Amino acid sequence: MELYRSHVLICGGTGCTSSGSVKILEKFEQELEKHDLTKEVKLVKTGCFGLCEAGPIVIVYPEGAFYSQIKVEDVEKITEEHLLKGRIVKELLYKEAVEGDQVKSVNEVGFYKKQQRVALRNCGVINPENIDEYIAMDGYRALGKVLTEMTPEEVIDTIKKSGLRGRGGGGFPTGLKWEFTYRAKGDQKYVACNADEGDPGAFMDRSVLEGDPHAVIEAMAIAGYAVGANQGYVYVRAEYPIAVKRLQIAIEQAKKYGLLGKDIFGTGFDFDLEVRLGAGAFVCGEETALLQSIEGKRGMPRPRPPFPANKGLWDKPTLLNNVETYANIPQIILKGADWFAGIGTEKSKGTKVFALGGKINNTGLLEIPMGTTLREVIFEIGGGIPNGKKFKAVQTGGPSGGCITAEHLDTPIDYDNLIALGSMMGSGGMIVMDEDNCMVDIARFFLDFTVDESCGKCTPCREGTKRMLEILEKITEGKGEPADLEKLENLAYTIKSASLCGLGQTAPNPVLSTLQYFRDEYEAHVYDKKCPAGACQSLLQYFITEACKGCTLCAKACPVGCISGETKKLHSIDQDACIKCGACMEKCPFNAIIKK
Amino acid sequence: MAKNILTKENFEKLDQVIKKYKDTKGALMPVLTEGQKIFGALPLEVQKVISEKLNIPMAEIYGVVTFYSQFSLEPKGDYLIGVCLGTACYVKGAQAIIDRISKEANVEVGGTSPDGKFSLEATRCIGACGLAPVLTVNEDVYGRLVESDVPGILAKY
Amino acid sequence: MKSLEELAKIREEALKKVDLRKERKGTRIVVGMATCGISAGARPVLTALLEEVQKRNLSDVEITQTGCIGVCRLEPIIEVYKEGDDKVTYVEMNAEKAKRVIAEHIVNGRVVSEYTIGAYEK
Repeated sequence: MELYRSHVLICGGTGCTSSGSVKILEKFEQELEKHDLTKEVKLVKTGCFGLCEAGPIVIVYPEGAFYSQIKVEDVEKITEEHLLKGRIVKELLYKEAVEGDQVKSVNEVGFYKKQQRVALRNCGVINPENIDEYIAMDGYRALGKVLTEMTPEEVIDTIKKSGLRGRGGGGFPTGLKWEFTYRAKGDQKYVACNADEGDPGAFMDRSVLEGDPHAVIEAMAIAGYAVGANQGYVYVRAEYPIAVKRLQIAIEQAKKYGLLGKDIFGTGFDFDLEVRLGAGAFVCGEETALLQSIEGKRGMPRPRPPFPANKGLWDKPTLLNNVETYANIPQIILKGADWFAGIGTEKSKGTKVFALGGKINNTGLLEIPMGTTLREVIFEIGGGIPNGKKFKAVQTGGPSGGCITAEHLDTPIDYDNLIALGSMMGSGGMIVMDEDNCMVDIARFFLDFTVDESCGKCTPCREGTKRMLEILEKITEGKGEPADLEKLENLAYTIKSASLCGLGQTAPNPVLSTLQYFRDEYEAHVYDKKCPAGACQSLLQYFITEACKGCTLCAKACPVGCISGETKKLHSIDQDACIKCGACMEKCPFNAIIKK
Repeated sequence: MAKNILTKENFEKLDQVIKKYKDTKGALMPVLTEGQKIFGALPLEVQKVISEKLNIPMAEIYGVVTFYSQFSLEPKGDYLIGVCLGTACYVKGAQAIIDRISKEANVEVGGTSPDGKFSLEATRCIGACGLAPVLTVNEDVYGRLVESDVPGILAKY
Repeated sequence: MKSLEELAKIREEALKKVDLRKERKGTRIVVGMATCGISAGARPVLTALLEEVQKRNLSDVEITQTGCIGVCRLEPIIEVYKEGDDKVTYVEMNAEKAKRVIAEHIVNGRVVSEYTIGAYEK
C-alpha cells in the first residue's frame, strides 16, 4: 500500500460528470505523469460534493482547497502551482473560499457550514468504487456489531428508539415498518430498497448511491438480519446509469469480501443482493407498484392493506425502505439511538438531505438537521436568489407537494410543519421560484407531469387529472372562466379522496397550494387575461419602446409581417396579427422590444 | 423502417440474454431492458421470441412494453435528443429550448425527423439540476443552455 | 469474511489511505518544493520521508509541500511542526538525513540539532 502526501478528489457525480469532470481526471493523470508525481499524489474519483452549481469540483487535501468550475486548461496550473510548489491557486478557488489573503478549507465555506452530514457523510470523501475506503470510514462495522452482539429484536428496538422516519416522502416510522415485517409470518421474506427517485428536481438518492453505495448495502444486510430475510432487491431507475454501475461494483466487492453471501462473519447469516432496473415509470416509486415491477409486471399500484410487510414480493413479507433511510441505519447502529434522536425536532429526528434547485445561487445537494428553517436553507446555505430578483415561493415534495411562500420562511423544516403548510417533505426536492415564475404555469407543469405518469388503473386519477390539466391550460391561454376556479377545487378534492394510490391522492396538491397562496394570480389570468409574472406566452404582448432606432431588423424578422414603421423611426406591432413568436425580440440589437 | 434491426446476430444476442435470466425470478424486466439495448426497440417479432422462451403470454409482454416509457416499439433516430423537463430545468426555461430544437431539426416531441437522424424526447429529470436547463444527445450532456445554443449543438451531429 | 478481526485489519490498513482527508492533529512536516528546492534535491527527501513514515506506521504525521521557504542557498529545507513545540527547520537535507529526522525527532522527540538551521548559522 502506498502512502501519499496529497489527495486530489474529483467529483464523479452526475452533475459534475455532465460538466466534464471525466476529462479533468484524465488531464490530471497526464499532468501527474509528466511531473513524476504519481507516487506522491493520489487521484480519487468520489461521489457528489453537493454544490453542483460550482461543478466540476476538485478538492485537494490535506489543505482542503476547494476548486470550483474547473476547466481542463486549469489542471496544468493546479498541478504546477499547487501540487508541485504548494501554492494554492487562489483565483481558481470557489469564490467564498478566499477571504482577503486567507484561504478557507472546504468545511468553512458557507454552503457546508450549516450542514450536518449523516446520510451523505462519505459522499465526496471516499472513492465509491473502493470498498477499502468505505471500511476505513467504519464501514461494515455496524453489520458486524449487529450480527455478533445484537438480537433482531434489539436492532428493531434501536431503530424505533432513534425516531427515524421514512425519507422517501411519507415519513412513516422506520422501526415500526421493520417490526411489522419481523412479526409477519412467512418461510421466505425479502428486503427491498426503493431507488426509483422520480420526483423532478430530486437527486438525493442518486447521490448516495453514486457516492456511498456500500452504506445502502450494509444497511440492507442489517435489515435482512432484523426482519429475517436473506434476499434483497434494489430497484433503481434506469435514468441513473452511474448509480447503477457503482452499485453493481459495490455488490461485487462486498461479495468478494464475504460481506454478502453465505455465513457472513461466520455467524451463519446469509444475505444476497440483486439490482433491478426500472424502465421509466414514475408510478413505480409507489411501493406496491415498485414490487409489481420487480416481479416483471406493469408497475401498477394495488390497494393496501395488505401492506408489503405482510404481502409483498411474490406475496411474501417484504420490507421496503428508501435509499436515504437505509443510509442512516449503519450510523444509528454504531452511534446509538440516543445520538440520532438528539438531532432534529421533537417528532422529526436526524437530518434530511435536500436537492436545492431552480432560481437559487447554490444549486446542489445539502444535508441539514431537521428543524433548520427554510430561510437558513435558501438564503444562507443556498446563497439567495440570483440577479437580485425577489423570492416568490419554494416548492417542496415534487408533484405531490406544494408551494411555501415568503411569510412562512421561518418555519423549521420537519414532516409535520410542512404538511401543516399544505406541502410535504417528499423525498427532498426543493425548487426555488422567483418573481418571474407564474404559479398557474407551475401548477399546470406538475399536472402535465401527473397526467403523463398516471398509470390509468383508477378513474379519479386517470380522468380527473386530465380534466384539471385542461382547465389549467385554458386559464394559461387566457380562455379561463370564473367558474373554472371552483371546478378546479371540486375536482381536486374528489381526486384526493378517491384515488387508489399516493400518486393520485397527492396529484392535486400543487394546484390546491397555489390556489391557496396565489389565488390573485389565478384571478388575474381569468378576469384580466394577464399573467403578472410574464410567463404565459398567450397572455403576453410584445411592445416596442422608445429605445427603438428604426433599424427595421424586427420588421424583417417578423414571420407574419405585423411590424410596421419607417426607417430610423419608431416601429410598432399590430397586436391583433402578432403570433407572439418572439422573433423580433431576439433580433433587436437595442433591447427595445419588451414583453409584458 | 429505415434500418433492419431484426438481424440474426441480434436474435442470437437475445438468446444469450434469455439464457442468462431464465431462472431468475421476475426475469421479464431485465430481458426487456437488454432487448431494448440490442435491437434499439422491442417490435412484436422480438416480443414473440421472448414470449415463447420465457413462457409468458404475449399480451402480458405487450402490456409491460407499452407501460414503461423506456421501451419502444419502433427504433429511434441515430441521435436521441433528450431535453430535460424536470422542475428545475422547466423553471429555467427548458420549454423554449425544446421548441427551438423542434423547429431547427424538424422533429416533433416524441417523434423522429424525416431523415431518421434525430429523435426528440422530453425526458424526466436526469438529476443534473445544477446545470439546468440541460439536454442530452445520446451520451453527451449540454448544460446551462440558452435558446441560441441550439443551432450550434445540432450542427455538431 | 469470516470474522470481525478480519474487518478490523482491513479497516486499519485502509485508514492510512484516507485519513489525510480527515480533520487532524499531530505532526506536520513541510518540504520546500519551489524550483530551488526541487533542483537542490527536495524530491528524494520527500520520498524518503513518505517511505519512512509509512514503514513506521506513523498515522499522525502529515507530509506536505510548500513553495520557497526563502533561504534558497540552504535547500533542500524541511520544517517540522510538532503539536505544542516550536517549529524546527532543517537545512541541506538529503534522503539519509531525512530518515534520521524521522527516527530521532518525530519518533523519539529529540531534535537532530546538527541539521538545524541554527547549527548551520553558527
